[in-house]
Amino acid sequence: MFDHRRGRAAASAAVALALLTAGCGGGSAADGGSADDPITLTMGLYGTFGYEEAGLYEEYMELHPEIRIEQSVVAQSGAYYQALQTRLAAGSGMADVQGIEIGFVADVTANHADAFVDFAAQDNADELEGTFYDWKWDQASTTDGRVIGLGTDAGPQAMCYRQDLFEAAGLPTDPAAVSALWPTWDDYLATGQQYTDSATRQEGSSFVDSPNSVFAPAVRQGDVAYDDEDGNPVVEDSDGVETAWDLASQAADDGLTASLAQFGDDWNAAFSNGAFATIACPSWMLGYITSQMGDEGAGLWNIATLPGQAEAGSTWGGSWLGVPSSGEHVEEATALVEWLTAPEQQVKMFTDGGFFPSSSTAAESPEVADTVSEYFSDAPIGQVFGDAADSVRRTPIGPYDTQIQDAFSAALTTVADGDRTPDEAYTDALNAIEQVVGG
Amino acid sequence: MTLADDSLRTALPVAVPEPVAPPPVDTAAPRRRRARLSENRWGYAYVAPFFLVFGAFSLFPFVFTLWISLHETRLSDIGGGTFVGLDNYAALLGNAYFWNALRNTVTIGVLATVPQLCLALGLAHLLHYKLRGRTFFRVVMLMPYATSIAAATLVFATLFGRDYGLINTGLEAVGLDRIDWESGSLTSQVAIAVIVTWRWTGYNALIYLAAMQSIPDELYEAAEMDGASRWRQFLHVTIPSLRPTILFTVVVSTIGAVQLFGEPLLFAGNGSTTGGARNQYQTLGLLMYQQGWSNFNIGQAATTAWAMFLIILLVVGLAALAGRLRARRTGGTP
Repeated sequence: MFDHRRGRAAASAAVALALLTAGCGGGSAADGGSADDPITLTMGLYGTFGYEEAGLYEEYMELHPEIRIEQSVVAQSGAYYQALQTRLAAGSGMADVQGIEIGFVADVTANHADAFVDFAAQDNADELEGTFYDWKWDQASTTDGRVIGLGTDAGPQAMCYRQDLFEAAGLPTDPAAVSALWPTWDDYLATGQQYTDSATRQEGSSFVDSPNSVFAPAVRQGDVAYDDEDGNPVVEDSDGVETAWDLASQAADDGLTASLAQFGDDWNAAFSNGAFATIACPSWMLGYITSQMGDEGAGLWNIATLPGQAEAGSTWGGSWLGVPSSGEHVEEATALVEWLTAPEQQVKMFTDGGFFPSSSTAAESPEVADTVSEYFSDAPIGQVFGDAADSVRRTPIGPYDTQIQDAFSAALTTVADGDRTPDEAYTDALNAIEQVVGG
Repeated sequence: MTLADDSLRTALPVAVPEPVAPPPVDTAAPRRRRARLSENRWGYAYVAPFFLVFGAFSLFPFVFTLWISLHETRLSDIGGGTFVGLDNYAALLGNAYFWNALRNTVTIGVLATVPQLCLALGLAHLLHYKLRGRTFFRVVMLMPYATSIAAATLVFATLFGRDYGLINTGLEAVGLDRIDWESGSLTSQVAIAVIVTWRWTGYNALIYLAAMQSIPDELYEAAEMDGASRWRQFLHVTIPSLRPTILFTVVVSTIGAVQLFGEPLLFAGNGSTTGGARNQYQTLGLLMYQQGWSNFNIGQAATTAWAMFLIILLVVGLAALAGRLRARRTGGTP
């Protein structure tokens, strides 16, 4: 009897052990390299890079039958970077190609440059550098000249406006005339005041969606934004911050904004409700507007130049593709990245998906420069964004830029809501920034 | 069984077993103790998996968090921080954001726990009667507990939306002003308290109901004979009998309130971890997440985590002390 029980107990222990160890299984690295035994390259991305939708993976796999490409996408870039950080800490578990966003590229160049392949050390480095905008190339460079990624898209900014709402308020609707309304940000705010005071404007609509539409572009049109050349935050001494804060807090205080939190649910719903007449739009915002408003928005929007562009353009967003040097197929991954970011592919990404190229060669090509958007009332988007990208001033970036921008954005919201005065909100923002940076 | 007397054996008509000598006590005791251990070794084997998993995923992170909190560490380099001793704790005590989060946690905790438990008590009392469709009500009451925190918070955030939320539409329909729920201090905390209350009231009501059903009817009959109204019966029979259950739910709700994280994080609706533009609804859990995963300062986050743990210990300790003092006063079990 006791033997039978012991036998059963032993059997169940064996089963338990088998179940526990079933999860441990290393994947064998199939080091193939031929069409029969293909190498699989994994891409770790976030948001919408658009390569799969544009068919670029298929194209590359046809050119290189020994390569298969798989991508895994995380919706939010913040969550993506948290996961990437833990993998960088572990030194393993990364995909063959990893996306790097403007929000954390400075952190990567400052702290993790050694974990990525250096594109400046490639044989064709000079050729590569020549195809990109200089500010795009520099943003992915470390202080000793390592380049940790090749640029994918860029977000040169213009000012999108609702033609129908402008007409209702008695403002001009032609893009050239509208751009002439606001050569500087002060003119923009004056136009905003005119819009808000108009007796005939649409009920419940504000001039601009959020003070952030003024702050985010303006902060990068000065000499310095948030950081000095070494990437250290210098928020209080920055001319960009001072100008941008004065403009944005004035807009918020004067009630020119719909005081919406960008990318929140209310902001998404506000597009269809005509809650705001203008919004700072980087090139990728066009796709966002199209998806939020659908068919009913066709022909309502148009695009004017960003205020202050004569001095300096501004860019928002944009990414790079980097190759972790701990990967198993570094050479193949590097070749894939160079191909995906080459001018021909960047042109295709713009004409197919609306992603503005970070390659100046691609931006100057006729396919891009002559593109016109039917949805946006035949606006010459290739030219508008091309001009913006050409005039972008290279301001230094730093590892805490996203958090600093968030702190200012939160402070501006309190001004727009009427909870704090601009001076109080500025102090709040500085306190929040100290929390982020000082720790 | 032993027979003391031989004469009895011959007198009884039935067959009686031979007297058996009792087993010797002293020398067999160690053998019996060893036998017990050997019988129990399979018991240890069966609970070992749980303790192994607990050790790996609960105990080790617990101790490791304490270790990290003594360092200044970045998220991407957890093992390689610089040792700073208790500096992080000193910094935390001087940090205005910590005290703000603590204040918010206490207010939201009170706003959520008190109405929740009172409602639960009332609901349990109502369900104690033999209503028709009792089981249906009990199931429906528990359904909010079964929803995911993320889904519930996102839906409530939309309901509480400033411009297009259903609640504001309702307020306007009855002639009141719209409220900007998310941007106000009290309003955002009330909204979050509503989400928490919605989730936990049914759960607590069922716990109270189960306890109520074990209160003997004689107590109620005696009270009724003494002329007590329904309300007085509730006050003087039901609640005292439920005292240990109430204490349990208060402790569990308080622990849950100190750890509140999911609702404040998702209430903003745009992924920000500040808990509102003026940190008006940032709780301790959310502050910890912001420090560690938004600001990448894991050392500070670990410190906040341990501060939360110590606060919970303090609260539970005070509750236990209160219970014990009361027991000593009334001379019975708490």
